[in-house]
Amino acid sequence: MNVVVLVKYVPDPQGTPELDDAFLVVREGTEGALDPGDEYAVEAGLRLVETHGGEVTLLTMGPETASAALRKGLSMGAHAGVHVVDPALRGSDALATARVLAAAVRRRPFDLVLAGVESTDGSTGTVPMTVAQLLELPSATFARALSVEDGVLRIERPTDLGFDVVEAPLPALATVTGSAPEPRYPTLKGIMQAKQKPVERLALADLGLSAEALAPTQRVVGLTRAQERAAGEVIQAGEDTAKRIVDLLAEAKVL
Amino acid sequence: MPPVFVYAEVTPEGPRPVALELLTKARSLGDPVAAVALGPGATAAAETLGAYGASTVFANDDPVFSETLGHAAALSLAGLVEEHRPGLVLFSTSHDARDVAGRLQALTGSTLMSNATDLSATDRAQMPIFGGAVTVEVALEGPDPKIVLVRPTSFAAEPSGGTATVEPVPVPQGSPWPRRVERHEEAATGPRLEEARVVVSGGRGLQEASNFALLEELAGLLKGAVGASRAVVDAGWVPYSYQIGQTGRTVKPEVYIAVGISGATQHVVGMKGAKRIVAINKDPDAPIFRLADLGVVGDALTVVPQVIAEIRSRRG
Repeated sequence: MNVVVLVKYVPDPQGTPELDDAFLVVREGTEGALDPGDEYAVEAGLRLVETHGGEVTLLTMGPETASAALRKGLSMGAHAGVHVVDPALRGSDALATARVLAAAVRRRPFDLVLAGVESTDGSTGTVPMTVAQLLELPSATFARALSVEDGVLRIERPTDLGFDVVEAPLPALATVTGSAPEPRYPTLKGIMQAKQKPVERLALADLGLSAEALAPTQRVVGLTRAQERAAGEVIQAGEDTAKRIVDLLAEAKVL
Repeated sequence: MPPVFVYAEVTPEGPRPVALELLTKARSLGDPVAAVALGPGATAAAETLGAYGASTVFANDDPVFSETLGHAAALSLAGLVEEHRPGLVLFSTSHDARDVAGRLQALTGSTLMSNATDLSATDRAQMPIFGGAVTVEVALEGPDPKIVLVRPTSFAAEPSGGTATVEPVPVPQGSPWPRRVERHEEAATGPRLEEARVVVSGGRGLQEASNFALLEELAGLLKGAVGASRAVVDAGWVPYSYQIGQTGRTVKPEVYIAVGISGATQHVVGMKGAKRIVAINKDPDAPIFRLADLGVVGDALTVVPQVIAEIRSRRG
């Protein structure tokens, strides 16, 4: 089976992102990485093709530096990459992103599209469902476990009080949560092999899309820095620690 | 003012609290305000939805809406949008709502903004970024309706005293859809996280899953609820329903007790609205201490039992 995994290059998840004058996240010239959430989707894709055969193709949209995200996934074991890179895509919103990804997925046969549940930097959390609707695919979202049998995708989806089991006929799309199996670390061999793997570069024109159709529909018009919570008191644990905490509970009238 | 739709999540037990919060806000943004309630419990929820500001409730109780992960709901909603032309459709940020909103966006070609915490007009919304350090005001452009997903507890629900007319919604035709084929549930104990006055929340600093029993005990004494950081949910210590933060729940209790939680921005987004914050952590540099009204540098496994003992002794 052929699996396409949607991946995103995000600024260093440990660092503090910066905004430029147009209130866009600075992505060029910054240390970045494959979104940690997407690694779970890559892992899920690799496990499926290990069981069923086939290939995992990574698809990303982003600036030149986004190739680092592809390289990471390829070194984990994915077979090929597709990189949509076009200056007109800077500042793309969720709908433009979904349209580009859907157009790129459509170019070749596939059985399953996988994605993380949301990006670490934008956190919109709806792009995969929009892609699924554009491709008229059933989507099984927020999976902590996935399997495929007889052309049917089966997932476990956590809920308030437990979990649901959801089935969808292939071809389908699924999003994978951080509760899914831990992503593997690239081996040295994997890292070396990644350099030889094919990465296709596409521009908007290759996808039959025009920049006008993808114009952003959201503008940041103002920015306020949140009032910092006044820092309280920090004490070393000691004899009267419990008393201090319970005093606070009493003051809050929750005792 | 343009009409505003609220996608009101309902269960056979009633509407979700966030539906009433969204209706309350919608009253100040548009007129008329309509709720769209789909799935079991929809018709029964109409009276409450009306009492919080919906003049019309578009409702259908068919289980196809709750079993197809937003597929049928998005198609029905798109049909209603086409017919009634709202300027804005409000959703919560729940998983179920995200399924519907993401698909609706593809069907309407509208702009979509997630994680909003406030709106000043149908095309103006605010969202916190960088873990809440900064709030941006965003102008929403392009074709109506604007689609905005709002974090739960962003608004206080206030009844309007109104009543709603119930309008039926046809079940859409379409396939292939996913199907929920099994549901595994455990009975809930204690108050819901969002409604609890005290939340005791645990992270990696608890060292192992079994130590969550300490937090259950403390929360039980305070009639509170237990929450968790994403790290320990991902590690499988506690179910996803415990998770507080960007990808989990937002809580605003009277007291939030963070036990062994470092305070990553991902987590902080979900709890910094608490009235009082107590943090217990071994690491004196943990970012959670920058938020805490009372921070304790020490071992949670020592401190929490002392707190439990102190509460018991004060109550005699």
